[in-house]
Amino acid sequence: MPLAPYFILSGVLFSIGLVGLLIRRNLLLILLSVEILLNAANLSFVAASALHSELTGQVFAFFGMTIAAAEVTVGLALALLLFRSSASVDTRNIELLKW
Amino acid sequence: MFENFIFYPFSALAVLGALGVITLRKPTYALLSLMGTMFSLAVLFFLLGAPFVAMVHLVVYAGAVLVLFLFVIMLLGLSAQEGRATEGFKKAFLAVSLFVPAAFGGFLIYLASTLGRTPLQPADGSPEAFGKLLFTRYLLPFELVSFLLLIGVFAAVALALERKEKR
Repeated sequence: MPLAPYFILSGVLFSIGLVGLLIRRNLLLILLSVEILLNAANLSFVAASALHSELTGQVFAFFGMTIAAAEVTVGLALALLLFRSSASVDTRNIELLKW
Repeated sequence: MFENFIFYPFSALAVLGALGVITLRKPTYALLSLMGTMFSLAVLFFLLGAPFVAMVHLVVYAGAVLVLFLFVIMLLGLSAQEGRATEGFKKAFLAVSLFVPAAFGGFLIYLASTLGRTPLQPADGSPEAFGKLLFTRYLLPFELVSFLLLIGVFAAVALALERKEKR
């Protein structure tokens, strides 16, 4: 099986995640879209690893997962803080820094 | 041929799950739909000769990250339901936010289709080979990433801790 289908799937997932990042207004769902983006990147890392028959890509996918886990912890803590201060996780209510 | 029979159903499932994440209105449903994407991605990792990464992916995402999300959604209550995407958005913004990712994705797909058709040769992604590489050539990044996780835990605790005000 050639590489192209995997990269195409990765590109499709990445653009779906990007749309979600832009149009969702629930902070939690925006974080979920970021997860899709990270996973699309991981998929292309692993696919590239299979192309070169070289493990490095898999190691980088592993690092990517670790970073995603760290990002989720901090992101969810921030969402919790936001909910505590404004009783909502809707991004339309965050307008203190709006220009 | 055998690979095609696994690749196409599961990639379709992954795309459907991702579409569910960005369209479903209840956060819990969106989360479960992402779970489907994660499972099918794990299957694809198996297909690419990365059983260790696939298992770690399942444990980290389905086991930890998504459950953490579920906890937070439950904690915040189901009031976090989302309205339709079309209300409260300027039409122009909506058009741009659909067009830009579509153009970007189209560009990525174009790049991918220019790749050669040489068949993939999966590397040996067994835990043994993976661990050897991780603890020799990538030892420094590994330590840095573990430090990053530690900082992440500190940050989460420091942020979410409820400070009792002194009276």
